[in-house]
This record gives sequence, structure tokens and C-alpha cells, in this order.
Amino acid sequence: MLDVAHLRKTFGTSVVLDDLSLSVDEHEVVALIGASGSGKSTLLRCVNLLEGIDDGVIRLDGEDITDPRADPDVVRRRIGMVFQSYNLFPHMTVLRNITLAPSKVHKRDAREIEEQAMEWLRRVGLEDKASSYPDRLSGGQQQRVAIVRALVNSPRLLLLDEVTSALDPELVGEVLTMIRGLKDEGMTMVLATHEMGFAKQVADRVVFLDGGRVLESGPPAQVLGDPVEARTRQFLARIIEAGRL
Amino acid sequence: MSAFQPSEIQLGRIAYRRRQTVRSVLLAAASTAVVGVVLVLGVTGAPGWERVKRSFFDGSIAREYLPDILEGLWLNLRLLVVCTLAALALGLLIAVARTLRGAVFFPVRALATGYTYAFRGLPLIIVLYVFTLGVPGLRLEGMPSVLVLGGAALVIVYGAYLAEVFRAGIESVHPSQLAAARSLGLTYRQTMRHVVLPQAVRRVTPPLLNDVVALQKDVGLVSLAGPIDAVRAAQIATAQDANFTPYIVAGVLFVLLALPLIGVTDWVTLRAARRQSAGF
Repeated sequence: MLDVAHLRKTFGTSVVLDDLSLSVDEHEVVALIGASGSGKSTLLRCVNLLEGIDDGVIRLDGEDITDPRADPDVVRRRIGMVFQSYNLFPHMTVLRNITLAPSKVHKRDAREIEEQAMEWLRRVGLEDKASSYPDRLSGGQQQRVAIVRALVNSPRLLLLDEVTSALDPELVGEVLTMIRGLKDEGMTMVLATHEMGFAKQVADRVVFLDGGRVLESGPPAQVLGDPVEARTRQFLARIIEAGRL
Repeated sequence: MSAFQPSEIQLGRIAYRRRQTVRSVLLAAASTAVVGVVLVLGVTGAPGWERVKRSFFDGSIAREYLPDILEGLWLNLRLLVVCTLAALALGLLIAVARTLRGAVFFPVRALATGYTYAFRGLPLIIVLYVFTLGVPGLRLEGMPSVLVLGGAALVIVYGAYLAEVFRAGIESVHPSQLAAARSLGLTYRQTMRHVVLPQAVRRVTPPLLNDVVALQKDVGLVSLAGPIDAVRAAQIATAQDANFTPYIVAGVLFVLLALPLIGVTDWVTLRAARRQSAGF
């Protein structure tokens, strides 16, 4: 469904993604792991066309979305993205944050959108926050709203960029539970994460990025439990040392 | 809540703070009284006070010329409202034009940038003279009145200042907000309209108001080309009686005019800040 081939991305003289190839099947959940600066976030931003690429092709459902003739706004309607620092719009209520894109981009009926948004908020236990402003919510609540905001557009693919990294440990759980629920519903997801335990639980496949390339890829138990590559073992050893696995 | 009983220590603190408050209020009152008395004695006790009082604070002259000055002020007020709205619109348009990306927009961008550079540098009076004295010289069909031309000069000069204020606001919105909006499929236009500009405008409301208050004083400059505003009316009145009281009257009226504007903006800014944050 998502097919990244020979992707190259540079910032000035530093090569962030170097001949990177990765395929994601429908309903598959892929966890990107790797050290800071390994290119996880950049890859997600490239897939969502927030960054221009320097070489290679990204296909979504067989369509080349990196074709300069493709309209990025139309492509992004099929992809949802959730950011590390939530990026909710501070001047809008929670409900308005969620309904903005459906009403302005997808031109759907206002009442129907609102009902759907409220239904989602009920599901994640935030219906009483609908008319609050984001700054009054905890980090975990804000991130759940951000996920709902991406989901009401019914994306084909959901990109999650370190969605729990900015959260206090006790708030991580509520967000992870929500993402597990999405997996059970068959949402296709690519997530960059530092939570190895979470990658193990939710991912169908773990991809280890190193130096802008896919160094190792496979089932979580194999990549996290019995990695082939020395660099992967080194990375995991450091993670274990830091008590994150 | 009702079950809570402050401890001995807390009660002691409360009592101490109350004593401190009373003390500082008394101190403030005393020092204000001293300063006030010194000022009053210093001014009224000055050797020339009687003459100054006659030529600047003459009640009967103030009453006599108040209608003329008010009539002038009415012109200021109308010009202010129209010019403020037009300059805000122009400034916003220019600021947005300067953020446009893409080769097609190069001329728009260049024009907008050139405009803000030129008109922030040009003295307002020169622009006013060119518009009110130069432009009518063209003798074109349907030439608007001097008042309209003067207003246009004000709008063009202030539009350049306001454009820079708006641009500062637009640039202060974090790029992650743009990323979030674009990732939802919003177009550049929609992102500007719904995400960037509302946050930008809220942030720059105080400096925008500053420029509006400055404009309020500068609209009177159209009187250089003929129309009579409050200050010009005061000047005429002063010349008739060789008494400066009309100027004081006009000054007080200007301050009164600015007060509601300042009050409203403070209230708006405060309300937005309170609604959005400080919930903890």
C-alpha cells in the first residue's frame, strides 16, 4: 500500500535518508526504531510531503505521490499524521480542532462531523473536554485529541511521530491503549518510537534505521530479541541500559 | 473546602500579610499626597502662574470654542475609523503577500517588499503633499476630494507599518502549526486563514493598537491641505483671541478619544489569554 523506494533526503550537506526502501502492506503496523538522527521523523515527514525529497519514489496505493505534478493537498487527505508535540491549534476548542479539516477540506455536513467528533471524544473519554482549549488539557489528553483529529478524516494511512516522547510516563499508557485499539480495527500505521515495549506489543514489523538506511527489518521478537546486525544489538543494549525495554 | 482549617502558622502568615497590605496602602497614600502638594504648590506658586492660567486654562474661552473643536474632532473621528479599517486591511494583505512562496508570486512579493521599505522611510507629510497637492494637478476626470486623497495618503503610509506588524505576527506562529494544518489536508490559503492569521493577529494586537493610536493623532495632518480638524480648529480659535486654551481643550478631547480604544484592546487581549491558558 505504501511503497518507498530508494529515497534520499539531505539537509544541506548532511544526508539524512540514503537510498532508503520500505514497503508497508494494508492493515500492517510498522514501528521505526533507531537512534536520534537516524531519519525516523524525516521519513514520516517525507511520506506526508511536508519535506521535499532529493531522490527516489514514494507510492501510495500505487500512485507516485512524489511526482511534482501530484497535488500535495490532495495526497495529504489520505494520510493522517500525529506529532510528538501534539501541535493542536491553541486558539480553537478541542471540538473545533477536530472538525476543522472535515468541514474545510472534506466539505462535509457540519452536524454530521460534529456528531462523529463527539462520538470519537466519547470513545477516548474526553467528551467533557469538547469545548475546552488545548492548553487546559494534560499532555496525554492533548495527544489523544490530536489522534482523533487525524482520524476523523478517515485516512488510509496513519503516521505517528514519537507520539509519546513528550509525555510523562504515567500518561503514556492512555495514548498507547488508544493506538492498540486502532490496530485492532485494522488501521495501517507507521510509527516512529522510542518505546521498545510498545513496538513489541503493537507492531507487526520493526524496522531499525541507521544512518538513513533500513539496517534490519523483521518481526518484533526477532529484531528486538535476536537482532542480526551488530549496530542493532549495540542500539538495543544502550536502550536496555537506559531501562527503556 | 469547608472542612479545611488553616494551621496556626498559616493564620499567622495571613495576619502578617494583612498588616503589610495596610502599611503599604498607607505609605502609598502618604507619598502620593506629598508629591501632589509639591506639584500643586510648585506650579501654582510659580511667578508666571497667573498669566499661564489665563492663556491656557480659560474656562469661558474653552466653552466658546468647544463646538468648533468638536466639529473638527468629528472629522478626525470619521477619518480615523475609515483610515484604520483601510490601513489594517491593506497591511494584512501586504503581509500575506510577502509570505507567498512560488515563482509566480515573485512580482507580488517584490512589490509588497518594495512598498513596505519605501513608505516606512518616507515622511508622512511629504506623501500627504504629493497626494493632496500633486495628484489633483493631474486634472483627471472624477478626481476625488482633497479629504479622500489625504485619507489615501494616510492609509498607504500606515499600511506599510501595519504590514510589518502583521508580518512579525505571522512569523511568530511556530512552523509546527503549519505542519499540523497541512498534514490535515488544508491548503496554504486555508492554513493562513484558519490557523496562522488568527494566532498572529491575537499576538500583535497591542502593537497594532499602538499604531492606530498614532494614526489617530496623524489623521489631523490632512488639515495641511485644507480640511479643518480638531487641532486646526483650535489653532484658528487661538489666533482669534491670542489664547491657547483651545489647544488644551483639543488635547483633552484626543486623550478621551484614545481611552476607549486602549480599554477595549486590553480587554480583548486579556480575555483571549485567559480563555486559552492559565487553567492550571
